[in-house]
Amino acid sequence: MGKVLMKGNEVIGEAAIHAGCYYFFGYPITPQSELVAYMAKRLPEVGGLFLQSESEVSAINMVYGAASAGKRVMTSSSSPGFSLKQEGISYLAGAELPAVIVNVARGGPGLGNIQPSQSDYFQVTKGGGHGDYHTPVLAPANLQEIIELTSDAFRIADQYRTPVILLGDGMLGQMMEPVEFNEKTETGDNFMKDWATTGTEGDGLPKVITSLDLNDVKLEQRNHRLQAKYRKIENNETKVEVKNVEEADYVIVAYGTVARIAHSAIEKARQDGIKVGLIRPISLWPFPKKIISDTSKNVKAILTVEMSAGQMVEDVRLAVEGKSPVSFYGRTGGIIPTVDEIYREILKLGKGVTS
Amino acid sequence: MKTAFERTNGLKDVDTHYCPGCTHGIIHRLVGETLAEMGALERTVGVASVGCSVLSYDYFNCDMTQAAHGRAPAVATGVKRVLPDDRLVFTYQGDGDLASIGMGEIVHSAARSENITVIFVNNAIYGMTGGQMAPTTLMGQKTATSPLGRSSAAQGLPIRVSEMLATLDGTTYIERVSTHDVAHVMKAKKAIRKAFDTQEKNKGFSMVEILSTCPTNWGLTPEESLQWVKDEMIPYYPLGIYKDLREER
Repeated sequence: MGKVLMKGNEVIGEAAIHAGCYYFFGYPITPQSELVAYMAKRLPEVGGLFLQSESEVSAINMVYGAASAGKRVMTSSSSPGFSLKQEGISYLAGAELPAVIVNVARGGPGLGNIQPSQSDYFQVTKGGGHGDYHTPVLAPANLQEIIELTSDAFRIADQYRTPVILLGDGMLGQMMEPVEFNEKTETGDNFMKDWATTGTEGDGLPKVITSLDLNDVKLEQRNHRLQAKYRKIENNETKVEVKNVEEADYVIVAYGTVARIAHSAIEKARQDGIKVGLIRPISLWPFPKKIISDTSKNVKAILTVEMSAGQMVEDVRLAVEGKSPVSFYGRTGGIIPTVDEIYREILKLGKGVTS
Repeated sequence: MKTAFERTNGLKDVDTHYCPGCTHGIIHRLVGETLAEMGALERTVGVASVGCSVLSYDYFNCDMTQAAHGRAPAVATGVKRVLPDDRLVFTYQGDGDLASIGMGEIVHSAARSENITVIFVNNAIYGMTGGQMAPTTLMGQKTATSPLGRSSAAQGLPIRVSEMLATLDGTTYIERVSTHDVAHVMKAKKAIRKAFDTQEKNKGFSMVEILSTCPTNWGLTPEESLQWVKDEMIPYYPLGIYKDLREER
């Protein structure tokens, strides 16, 4: 196929089709609207279905329906719209239905703005809706990685029967980069979906998909089953990039867009002889606790940088458990931290200044 | 001996949780019988809603999925759109679910002329949560959240859903029926059959609104409840066909 120059939002759409997703229910919101438009144009070309819903609430419930019928299905939104999908995501988790939900995050709270942000971290990694559940969250840092992680997202969704979140931000959604797709596309047919409600024809007794259990003992059993599944996902699906950590005095923890900028700041610091490494969580849930915990024993300080007022840093501190100082630098409101800003924060670490 | 009457294969052989005198049981039977007579049980997917009928998935003898409060038409849209055309998809929703929290979903499913069938059970009150006011609660009707009786100044006026949806170009078949006596039960069954036939022939959105009872939350006996449907509900919610474009489409 060769390299093509594409916009991030469009890459997500094409990556989903390559992952065997032929059903998309969406609603426009900046900065993810190009994804909706891409699917509207592209899915009919490949024999799939695009439907624009009347709201994000409706879109996520259409996803619930399509997932009930056993199909690979996706919806996408940006922060305020993603909040509206939380009810449906909780139901998907409770009814154990596989689906992929994209959040191209923007500044908040409230209507916020349309610039990039990472301030939905709590929402996507801590469940977000009501009840005890988690959703796996994958956070790409460049457009080529979107392709790989979208495929992973559908595989994890089907393998564990769970909704999976693909988390980007306005910068990843709007930027263009050269990307290369595999010639082969997936079908998702390798997952048996004998639980799907497609009509009983040829497969026995009626099936029921629900998240309701009025019997408390049974509902607790369902919760135990979900928690066992989440432990399995933690064991099998934690994904992280680690760079120059072994001989480092300092380590930056950053994900997505910010990890790219942190990478440049680290290069600059290393040219100045400061030994800085990078830990980039790729799965935000499950969070790469172990590598952060292990690393914290051998470094002088850890710096977490986010486009938020400090959300992932809480998980970093939980992983570090006081074994090293953890400082934080963040920009909010849709402002992207610069290389120089992060570089200055690295210099502060050397002076023992932690914030 | 000749069998005069037996359970329909359209329902599972289980007891329901519905209160004595509630007409959900009759309506379940009508839907189940219709699907069985059409030979459609094996290719039907029902969508249960939230409210008293949430457990309808335990009663209908076909594949069932259960939707969040009010969202059944969106879920049904998802199911119907991804399955082959020969699959029948229906929602079974009460008036609190459909006409209040789910108003957006029902209106837009109708406007898109989704090829689904909606069984809309209207008993003018929230049953499962304990008798609160619904959008369909009648003027003067006392409920847990309109203890002095519904007044236009305080709570606004009831919504006539069938009339409203009939104004949308997307709807194909809409009829309001009742279950307060045998003759009307038989008419209700015919309406349900016409609605499913509409879907079977790919003609678009169909809905049957069925006036139903709630003796428990109305504070009436089962017999008084049937009379209340006749005397109070039908005058405000007239029975009849509100839309029939089966020939034109």
